[in-house]
Amino acid sequence: MSSDTLAKVPAAPRVPERADALTIVPQRRPGQWTAAVVVLVLLGLAVNSVLRNQAFQWNVVADYFTSDSVLRGLWLTLWLTAVVMVLGFALGTLLAAFRLSANPVLKAVSWGYVWLFRSIPVLVQLLLWFNIGALYPQILGVKTVNLLSPVAVAVVGLTLHEAAYAAEVVRGGMLSVDRGQIEAAQALGLSRLRRLRRIVLPQAMRSIVPPAGNMLIGTLKGTSIVSVIAVNDLLFSAQLIYHRTYQVIPLLMVATLWYTVVTSVLGVGQYYVEKHYARGTESAR
Amino acid sequence: MSVMVDIRSVHKSFGSLDVLKGIDLEVRTGEVTVVLGPSGSGKSTLLRTINHLEKVDHGAISVDGALIGYRRSGDKLYELPEREVLKQRTRIGFVFQNFHLFPHLTVLENVIEAPVAALKRPRNEAVDSARRLLERVGLADKADTYPRQLSGGQQQRVAIARALALEPKLLLFDEPTSALDPELVGEVLDVIRDLAGQGTTMIVVTHEIAFAREIADTVVFMADGRIVEQGPPGEVLDAPREDRTRAFLSKVL
Ligand SMILES: Nc1ncnc2c1ncn2[C@@H]1O[C@H](COP(=O)(O)OP(=O)(O)OP(=O)(O)O)[C@@H](O)[C@H]1O
Ligand SMILES: [Mg+2]
Repeated sequence: MSSDTLAKVPAAPRVPERADALTIVPQRRPGQWTAAVVVLVLLGLAVNSVLRNQAFQWNVVADYFTSDSVLRGLWLTLWLTAVVMVLGFALGTLLAAFRLSANPVLKAVSWGYVWLFRSIPVLVQLLLWFNIGALYPQILGVKTVNLLSPVAVAVVGLTLHEAAYAAEVVRGGMLSVDRGQIEAAQALGLSRLRRLRRIVLPQAMRSIVPPAGNMLIGTLKGTSIVSVIAVNDLLFSAQLIYHRTYQVIPLLMVATLWYTVVTSVLGVGQYYVEKHYARGTESAR
Repeated sequence: MSVMVDIRSVHKSFGSLDVLKGIDLEVRTGEVTVVLGPSGSGKSTLLRTINHLEKVDHGAISVDGALIGYRRSGDKLYELPEREVLKQRTRIGFVFQNFHLFPHLTVLENVIEAPVAALKRPRNEAVDSARRLLERVGLADKADTYPRQLSGGQQQRVAIARALALEPKLLLFDEPTSALDPELVGEVLDVIRDLAGQGTTMIVVTHEIAFAREIADTVVFMADGRIVEQGPPGEVLDAPREDRTRAFLSKVL
């Protein structure tokens, strides 16, 4: 290349011989700073107004926060959430296995179940189970009303609803497992159950856990719907108190704070569960 | 010498695509058969029918005298229940092109999984023999690492150890080095060569012609769902009778 073609190219800034003598000045970002300050000020104003607003009655909140009836309600909310989650995912896993099986009847049943229970609002479902006595006054000679207490209705209704969503989450997770994994397990002579339990599900867990964590938190708060059938959960206990004392806002705050606390704890738990199922996935070196 | 694998007029199609159009092949005990052929000629499908990962449409395969996947009664073949097929598979080791190690299990757990779960071996016995196998493939120090922390060549050697853990009578290799960087091919071929030297009956699908020449007792050339030519490597590789074999070899050599 001749020197006069080079001359037409705009001169690039030359790199000095001693590049290690230069200091790097990071780009200034005044916009970021302004945005941060504005947001912080707004946040401060909001917190200030909440704390200063006498109507929140934080002293009443403190009084009831650990009262017996609130704690009893909290306990019911916690175990109801746990039971619904466990039963819902057990049934959901079964439904997912049906859906992925080769049997057309099982496939159709699973599909139909998910379609039905995702279509019915959970509130409607609870009310239907609550009034099941109108359809079947007796089951096997026992009065339905005695068989299905409000708590049992809550467990059944919420579980059936949960299972429909869990089935989709588990199915998605199972589909995310490489087909070659199943073939390798088949080639090694592992039984169907062993393949599912030992090879497919543990790997599926990586994509199941994040949405399941979401569902768990959703279920925790979703159980508050059972207050409509007079089940004594966290929200209903708070309501019982404020119906008596008219301290509506502070008692709703008690419930809100508890939901927030439990949700935070669950979030931390999810972090560790995700870490557990991510084992073996960090790449080499 | 006795016959380990006996393949008789095997046909297989996927929908309207005929992939195997009548395969006849015998593999004698202790011998190494290398299968060559262009992409899509049906090599993988043939290997997969031998351990019944793929069902045949017609014909029969027996390994060590036992019909694979079926029970014969008169002139009918009755499909075996899965339990029986799984038992047959434990006598046949399969090594995949992409290893298919279980990523959530350590190397050791990968190797003992089948002996413990499928053969009901006591765990400590399985661990002992797994360690011996890992030593044999040169990975004794990797027992407690996860597969993804290993190089491709190391992973494939673990996969071979995992297949050997069932003490199979027959080993099937489907392009065991095709997914590897060139500098890692040698270490895997070394392990296979070692097994061949010890008289393991093997069928190896590969594109490594030099390796085929070295270890094969029989070379089989497949094209378009048929076996075009077979014989000792000196004949098939150095003096092929068929034009298609010659054309293929001139491309890969
Ligand atoms: N499960 C399947 N469904 C449909 N077609 C398939 C299936 N498996 C294989 N095939 C087709 O069968 C033909 C033979 O495939 P096969 O994998 O046996 O070839 P191959 O000789 O192993 O080729 P390669 O060297 O690329 O591995 C190909 O055309 C392939 O697309
Ligand atoms: Mg192939």
